Amino acid sequence: MTDPAVPLLAVDDLRVRFRTEEGIVRAVDGVSLDLRAGEVLAIVGESGSGKSVTALTLMGLTRGPNTDIEGAARLHGEDLVSAPDDRLRRIRGAELAIVFQDPLSALNPVQRVGKQITEQILVHEDLDRDQARDRVLELLKRVGIPQAETRIDAFPHELSGGMRQRVMIAMALSCKPKVLIADEPTTALDVTIQAQILDLIRGLKDQTGLGVILVTHDLGVVAELADRVAVMYAGRIVEQGTVDELFDDPRHPYTWGLLGSITRVDRPRPARLPSIGGSPPSLTALGTACTFAPRCPHRFEACATEPPLADADPEHPGHPDRCALALDAKRALRVVAADGSIGLAAPEEATT
Amino acid sequence: MGRFIIRRLVGMVIVLFAVSVIVFAIFNVIPNGAPENRMAGKQSTPQQIEAIRREWGFDKPITTQYVKMMEKLATGDLVSYQQQRNVFDEIKQGLPHTLSLAIGAAILWMAAGVALGVYSATRAGGKTDFAINVLALIGISVPVFWLGALVNYYLGYKLGWFPNGGYVEVAEGGLWQWAYHLFMPWTVLALLFIGVYSRVLRGTILETQNEDFVRTARAKGLSEKQVMRRHVLRTSMIPIITLWGLDFGIVIGGGAILTEAVFDLQGVGQYYAESVSQLDVPPVMAITILGAVFIVVLNTIVDILYAALDPRIRLS
Repeated sequence: MTDPAVPLLAVDDLRVRFRTEEGIVRAVDGVSLDLRAGEVLAIVGESGSGKSVTALTLMGLTRGPNTDIEGAARLHGEDLVSAPDDRLRRIRGAELAIVFQDPLSALNPVQRVGKQITEQILVHEDLDRDQARDRVLELLKRVGIPQAETRIDAFPHELSGGMRQRVMIAMALSCKPKVLIADEPTTALDVTIQAQILDLIRGLKDQTGLGVILVTHDLGVVAELADRVAVMYAGRIVEQGTVDELFDDPRHPYTWGLLGSITRVDRPRPARLPSIGGSPPSLTALGTACTFAPRCPHRFEACATEPPLADADPEHPGHPDRCALALDAKRALRVVAADGSIGLAAPEEATT
Repeated sequence: MGRFIIRRLVGMVIVLFAVSVIVFAIFNVIPNGAPENRMAGKQSTPQQIEAIRREWGFDKPITTQYVKMMEKLATGDLVSYQQQRNVFDEIKQGLPHTLSLAIGAAILWMAAGVALGVYSATRAGGKTDFAINVLALIGISVPVFWLGALVNYYLGYKLGWFPNGGYVEVAEGGLWQWAYHLFMPWTVLALLFIGVYSRVLRGTILETQNEDFVRTARAKGLSEKQVMRRHVLRTSMIPIITLWGLDFGIVIGGGAILTEAVFDLQGVGQYYAESVSQLDVPPVMAITILGAVFIVVLNTIVDILYAALDPRIRLS
């Protein structure tokens, strides 16, 4: 996992601010990430954590008159943040592609799916319509669409949810991108279909050396597919590490909350699903304090200033987090309660 | 498709029956003197009047009168009370005028409405957008008879840029004279619709621009122009095209009466207006039914077109 090669995509101190009527929203606040070829990097967090904005910003889809974007995101050394619109247009869809959450609304309802994919190929490559159509057929077969010859002329509403997401994936892969951004690719799908789509993404990644950024709130999906994970909260990465590190040794109380709020088949089902108390902070009024502190039962004086993302264990680097607690204290506090929640009950209530 | 059309045709028969009964009833409630006296003229004998009464059933109950009227209408020998000219000949003479007005205006309002709508939507919130919106609202609010009279007076009479009304056949004065005489009527009739269409299209475009599939189109690497033309505009045009069909039917079916009258185009609408003012029931009946046929037929065409443009819609 510590491939020394130059990263495919290097995001460096990305900041995205939206100017709205309610004030300036700091949607993404200093995010740095590396993605290597053949790797799946998951960005997890709840709604409003900035994970989708990060993904869309890489695609240039958050650009607008009321958006301020700072920092850098280098794909093969070329910065996507400062790239002019027409240059970015040639990159997206070709080297960098995205799969959205809801394939029904993400596909044009009045165009045949084949045409929608062909359109992307023809924008980027010097092919004629027949050649493009041949490639689309090949793609549809590759993503596991049966009877691709007839489905290529179907309208989106004539396909099932899983088929539509396969079409979206085929579209994303149509110009052989280096990086695939999957923004909640399975959230709108049935559980059985979810597994198929995850298998498909894994297979494609293994075959082509595609780098995948997986944006999700579903830790089950993360465990299934990801190599490394970045946990986002209120626009910042609060913990980052390999999947094993994160699941075996979670260090930020927010990560505990996320891990504790999934049900597990190997434990008795709690009467009420555990959840993280409180709600995410307003992104218009962020101070210097730890953004998670108001919801954290373990907060203390040091939480008045949020520490930078740093390795808590210098012996084993590569697993940084943003919690002010000492590593030992974290491990001691991180207890699993009867309802499956982890370390987030108020300290006196926690059962050890 | 076949069943759909058959059902529409059955519906049309019902609509036409209802329309004819209502119109006939209205003109029977209005004090209408005795049509037979009007038809017989000043120097008439009681025998003549009696013959007319028997022919039209004026001595019988209203239901018989209705049946007689419809019989004449169906066989095509319906004549007007006033001058006893054949109603269908009159309509045939006026129809090219009305169609010239309606088709030209429809093309004009569609083209201008779409152009202004797109222009306005791509500059939403700006000064030009505001100006177009104000102009559109003025266009929607200004009554045709007022605007028509105004342009007739200033552009036609005072400045002499355009002919002061009247209709010229293509065969008579050539294509140029035909269009030259129709230019003011086209513009005046189209203005209302240009306002409506640009507003509707602007709204639909702004709504469509927020759709996920438009974001997908951008993510594919399409240029803003391509995104607008192939994805935003194509989907936004669906309601506009259906609106167009409906409005076209309405304009042919009587919506251009004021314009025809103001510019003295001698079309079906003007004939209709004159007939109504003279309480001349036969032409009113015939033209009302003709208008209803146009509206129903165009509605059906619009529904078929709608299903063709949006594959999610099924005809049923």
